[in-house]
Amino acid sequence: MAKKTKDATYNGNMTKAQWTWLLMKRYKIGYFMIAPFMILFFLFTVIPVVASIFVSLTDYNMLQWPNWVGLNNYITLFLDDDLFIIALKNTLLFAVAVGPASYLLSFCVAWFINELSPKMRAFVTLIFYAPSISGGAYTIFSYIFASDSYGLVNGWLLKFGLIDSPILFFQNTKWVMPLCIAIALWMSLGTAFLSFIAGLQGLDRSQFEAAAVDGITNRWQELWYVTLPNMKSQLRFGAVMAITGSFGFGAVVTALAGNPSVEYCAYTIAHHLEEYGGSRMEVGYASAISFVLFLIMVGANMLVQKLLAKVGE
Amino acid sequence: MTVKTKKLRTRRHTVVLSRSAGGDFGITIFLIILGVIMFLPLYYVVIQSFKPLDELFYYPPKFYVINPTWDNFTSLFTLMSESWVPFSRYIFNTVFITFCGTLGNLVLSSLCAYALSKIPFPGRKFFFQLVEKSLMIGSTVGSIITFIIISWLGLMDNYLAIILPAWSSTLGLYLMKNFMDSNVTTSILESARLDGAGEFRTFWSIAMPMVKPAWLTLIIYSFQGLWNSGASIFIHSEELKTLNYAITQILSAGIVRSGAQAASGVIMMAVPIIVFVVSQSKIIETMGTSGMKD
Repeated sequence: MAKKTKDATYNGNMTKAQWTWLLMKRYKIGYFMIAPFMILFFLFTVIPVVASIFVSLTDYNMLQWPNWVGLNNYITLFLDDDLFIIALKNTLLFAVAVGPASYLLSFCVAWFINELSPKMRAFVTLIFYAPSISGGAYTIFSYIFASDSYGLVNGWLLKFGLIDSPILFFQNTKWVMPLCIAIALWMSLGTAFLSFIAGLQGLDRSQFEAAAVDGITNRWQELWYVTLPNMKSQLRFGAVMAITGSFGFGAVVTALAGNPSVEYCAYTIAHHLEEYGGSRMEVGYASAISFVLFLIMVGANMLVQKLLAKVGE
Repeated sequence: MTVKTKKLRTRRHTVVLSRSAGGDFGITIFLIILGVIMFLPLYYVVIQSFKPLDELFYYPPKFYVINPTWDNFTSLFTLMSESWVPFSRYIFNTVFITFCGTLGNLVLSSLCAYALSKIPFPGRKFFFQLVEKSLMIGSTVGSIITFIIISWLGLMDNYLAIILPAWSSTLGLYLMKNFMDSNVTTSILESARLDGAGEFRTFWSIAMPMVKPAWLTLIIYSFQGLWNSGASIFIHSEELKTLNYAITQILSAGIVRSGAQAASGVIMMAVPIIVFVVSQSKIIETMGTSGMKD
């Protein structure tokens, strides 16, 4: 970071605004450099999120000029839209089941493989990380859980006489949610996982030696008092990735169980958003849905960051 | 580097006696079981793709192939050549979108990361905070209005509807900026500036060569996202659609094609996995600075 006083000289009489203006002029090249990215970022990310707050208070439908309807969309959403309540419940269930589990799994695996030799570690990393990058790999599960005796699971269950007729896994309300959760977990060791591996590798070894001298006797104490406090910034980043991953769920369900899934048993907010925003073009109403999702995600992030602040205390 | 780690490792085991044999054993068992669970589905799709037709319908399904064959791959290509739009067109679309999207994302993000990290202009903290916050929210929340903006810009049914948003994807920028913070020292940049190099020159010839691991990481993230992009709500014309979309369409036609479906799964997943194998060490290096400050 260049010192502020290097080129633009501070003169004792300047107001804060004048000083800022001087800095802005001095470093205007900075604005040119961020402009191309920021213009697109605002256009496709910031403005849509902010605009959806306002649009959610109207009945905009892309055809007619929007009318101001106040909180009506939200009232309908919570009091008069049973599907939304189902979607909300399912989304929260997915997030609560997948988010923390994937976070813990990412950390534990990263921690367990930390002391392996570099080659072995690279190999194990690949095995655990591969499902998350192999794109549509989850469609594999449509044969593994195929609904006839040629499906892997049904075939073997029949063979062993555990069932009499094949289970229709993705058409059965009892199975759809648990399977989708398991599959989401299977592919959830992603960016957070890599970040944890790197964070653990970067820890200063001398701290562990000092801790051993100070009387830390087992790996769990070492984990809580030395390892975790030293990688808080990675833990925060990992949490952000885990939360985004666990709420942005829908594609997996659609690919395996269809949309809508049987009796809407795995219907999520993402599906509801697609229905109203994409198919019915009720943009105002869809914006209300997305704003609710926004609030939930912000809330989840605040909660998790608060919990993480307690680590190592 | 390896010698140094070795030395530290042995030292660690003599100084830090906090490892119980039971714990090591338990952890190894846990890793093996979990590793097998992770690996099996991917293994199974590879096995399926080499099974001849009669083995695909063998009851109960086997975990190995008796007479491996390339038939599924050849039948996949036959199916492809019968498609309505020439199949090479889908391949071109995916390659074109992936290439342009990744290149633009790399250039724009590096420029932006350099300015946010190394030029002390007022407001840079605000801009970086926005980027961090956007990581927390994901893309679903703004998707409806993004759709409207793209149609207002007249980008419907145009490659740009996919490419331009990819240019402003924030994860790469976030990683690149953090990597620059800790790997490009200001003193080097200062001496270049004193030698009369302009800001763009300093960026290009001093800073960029120092953050190669971060480039690679950004390229790979962008590549993975775009390579796997399937049906898009922005694209209607058949001749602009992607490989992933085309394969899904071809294969949705029933169980007879399950062998070809497995073959396509193998092809689609092989590319990102190979790319990761080659670049793993650089990605981990970049991730070392991925932490989020308070």
